[in-house]
Amino acid sequence: MTVNFAILIPFLAAAIIPFLDKRLGRVHIGWFALLIPLGLFIYLASFIPNIAAGETIIHTLEWIPSYDIHFTAYVDGLSLILGLLITGVGALVSLYSIYYLSPEESLKHFYLYLLLFMGAMLGVVFSDNIMVLYVFWELTSISSFLLIAFWYHRKRSREGAQKSLLITISGGFAMLVGFIMLYAMTGSFSIREIISVISEHTDHPLFLPAMLLILLGAFTKSAQFPFHIWLPDAMEAPTPVSAYLHSATMVKAGIYLVARFTPVFGGEALWFWLVTGVGLFTLFWAAFHAVKQVDLKAMLAYSTVSQLGMIMAMFGIGSAALHFGYSTESVVYTQATFAALFHLVNHSTFKGALFMVIGIVDHEVGTRDVRRLGGLVSFMPITFTIAMIGSFSMAGLPPFNGFLSKEMFFTAALNISELSIYSLDTWGAVIPVVAWVASVFTFLYSMMIVFKTFFGPYQEEKLERPAHEPPKGMLIAPVMLGLTVVGLFFFPNLLGDNLLRPAMAGIFPSFPEAELGVEIYAWHGFNTELFMTFGIVVVGLLLYVTLKYWRGVYVLFPERWSFNALYSYALHQMEIRSRTATKSYMTGVLRDYLVYIYFFFILLIGGALVYTGAINFSITENAPITPYEWIIAGVMFIAAISILFAKSRLTAILLNGVLGYSIAVFFVLFRAPDLALTQVVIETVTTVLFLVSYHFLPEWEREHDRKRRKGLHLLISAAVGTIFATIALAVHNGKLFESISHFYENSYELAGGRNIVNSILGDFRALDTMLEVVVLLIAGVGVYTFIKLKLGKGDQRLEDQ
Amino acid sequence: MIELMLSAALVMFGLAGAIALIRIIIGPSLPDRIIALDMIGVILVSVVAVISVILNTRAFLEVILILAILAFISTIAFSRYIERGAIIERKRDR
Repeated sequence: MTVNFAILIPFLAAAIIPFLDKRLGRVHIGWFALLIPLGLFIYLASFIPNIAAGETIIHTLEWIPSYDIHFTAYVDGLSLILGLLITGVGALVSLYSIYYLSPEESLKHFYLYLLLFMGAMLGVVFSDNIMVLYVFWELTSISSFLLIAFWYHRKRSREGAQKSLLITISGGFAMLVGFIMLYAMTGSFSIREIISVISEHTDHPLFLPAMLLILLGAFTKSAQFPFHIWLPDAMEAPTPVSAYLHSATMVKAGIYLVARFTPVFGGEALWFWLVTGVGLFTLFWAAFHAVKQVDLKAMLAYSTVSQLGMIMAMFGIGSAALHFGYSTESVVYTQATFAALFHLVNHSTFKGALFMVIGIVDHEVGTRDVRRLGGLVSFMPITFTIAMIGSFSMAGLPPFNGFLSKEMFFTAALNISELSIYSLDTWGAVIPVVAWVASVFTFLYSMMIVFKTFFGPYQEEKLERPAHEPPKGMLIAPVMLGLTVVGLFFFPNLLGDNLLRPAMAGIFPSFPEAELGVEIYAWHGFNTELFMTFGIVVVGLLLYVTLKYWRGVYVLFPERWSFNALYSYALHQMEIRSRTATKSYMTGVLRDYLVYIYFFFILLIGGALVYTGAINFSITENAPITPYEWIIAGVMFIAAISILFAKSRLTAILLNGVLGYSIAVFFVLFRAPDLALTQVVIETVTTVLFLVSYHFLPEWEREHDRKRRKGLHLLISAAVGTIFATIALAVHNGKLFESISHFYENSYELAGGRNIVNSILGDFRALDTMLEVVVLLIAGVGVYTFIKLKLGKGDQRLEDQ
Repeated sequence: MIELMLSAALVMFGLAGAIALIRIIIGPSLPDRIIALDMIGVILVSVVAVISVILNTRAFLEVILILAILAFISTIAFSRYIERGAIIERKRDR
């Protein structure tokens, strides 16, 4: 079995889940779904020894070889970390959701979407081909959309799903364009090949656009400022979904993308400042706003955004190392990337646990509102313990893994502020300050999650159900995640050596692997970072105690001025504006559309005539005009002009008849007896038809248009006439080759007919004649049906059904 | 000589047609216009005949016949229209 099949297995499982659900009867379908991530986790874990030894695994299935698109699975440290997170957290979430979701829910849909998502996510992290990566990327967006709107009967769920889809898909499209630009530059879709050749293309004009577009994709997916607005709204999803997608996996896809493309774009000042700057600002902004939330899930959503910003910022800082190329000094900066990878894992563990805890609280007491909760510690001791582990880890306190990664973050921030490239000597000092302030707020909301929920007065009258410990099955998954959080604190190097170090080798391919990676110590002496943590605890506690005095600060950021409001406003305005725009030209009046058509005809054909200089009025080679022709033309001219001013419809019909008969005379004059015959007959029939339908036509009404409009119509019709005349003259004068009519002159020998016109119609070009006959047939049948198939009273129109 | 006569005839027919056209345009009543159109039809028959002589061909003799028939039919159609308001009467049972 290769990794390619491992990616496809969740899709296959998703396909059979609905059938299985029918067969299984009373057994919870979740147990089957649980097997898939569990099996895949064990399978992927079996790669760890190889990866730790510095190997990479690659396997290619051809998909569209003619377009250079192959389904290539590539396993290195980075993708294996994500793969293990996806399957590991996926297994725990499946287990948790078995107890969380009641059997009355549409479980087969839930697990189908979940497995679809899992497969797509595995595809994203293991794909080496960027087109395949994009395919899986969009699949994660779509399956996330389906999962957010799982309770589709709720309006807020649908809105949240729509919002997340709009934002992530637009980012995805930007990313696709970026990928195509990369292909245009390097001529390869394979990430590894792009990395190996990109250094020759950094001056390419597409290099920066590609970087910006790919970053846009990563930022929208990873909910970076200002695209973070979809994540809090995605909290309308069931809690297992929030725990899985919106904390551990999908939002890490953008992070993964940034990490994966660091060797491509890293080392550029723009990349450094965009990733670090946006990450830092997101870190601060979301941490600041998490404090004001009253819904626990919204609080966790903002905290996720904030933590993602932190990881993003660390990847940005780490990319500075590529600027120098390999040297013993620059290795220091790679430490930030190491910290980012480490925190990526840590965040998935504690945030998953926290979401599950909130889900348990919601499930057991019926609310997630902080203002209604309190004093649950004596009722739910185990839940409380996990919540405490998760929150303290998030706040960055020992003895939990968050402490280690946050200390490393501070180290990185302090290191980078002393760097002298990218104008860091002026702005560098801001980085540690922002990081520290954001961490204070992180500490603050982490404490709020624990203390507001589990301590304080127990308000039973505000709860829907009396609090008690949840069923044991529900606790398994959060307990395991909580154990991982603590375990990673005590044995961080197990993870560091086996997975993070190989991942670093993928991100910094030009660096010797032995130099990369950091030995993590739980205790690293009294240094600046530790005192920063002390400061966080002190200031954080102070802020927590005085919360009600400075809460007023949030009035400065009213909902009206948020990006949410901007998004809704923009969406609303776009709908209104496009409706107005459409209504302004889609008037429903045929005459207006004709004006558009003729206007563009004048513009295009007239423009082409002028542009190409094809106008040619020379009439020297024309045959002389006889007096009869003058007379007939004069009659026609008078008749045509008179039609425009006719007072009644009958007059117009008669004048039209005059025109038709005059054309017949022209045919006679120009020696075309067959045409003249047909023209006479057809003209008569047409006139009679006009008279037949005359009875059914409405009164001939003079249009009371405004003068300007009439003028416009006059102008347009005159222009159309002039252009046609001009074209006719130009074509007449611009003969490219001799006509081929001499071929038909020997029609008697070839076709056995002396009448050339009839020979052409019936012999040389008979196919056209046949189709003209068909046209007449269709017209006849159409007229017959129009007349015969009338709607009886009370019948339903066919087209209305 | 014969050439000149034929040409003169054509020009005069043309003038007659133009005069008939004026009657069609200004009316004033519908029968006036229909008679004028019938006249134009007859004039056309003559014109085609003269042109056939000028062009020295027999190819247009069918045109003359058809034109004569159709001028008759269309005049009848118009007359019926004026008389009954419709050209083809419907059966009562429909």
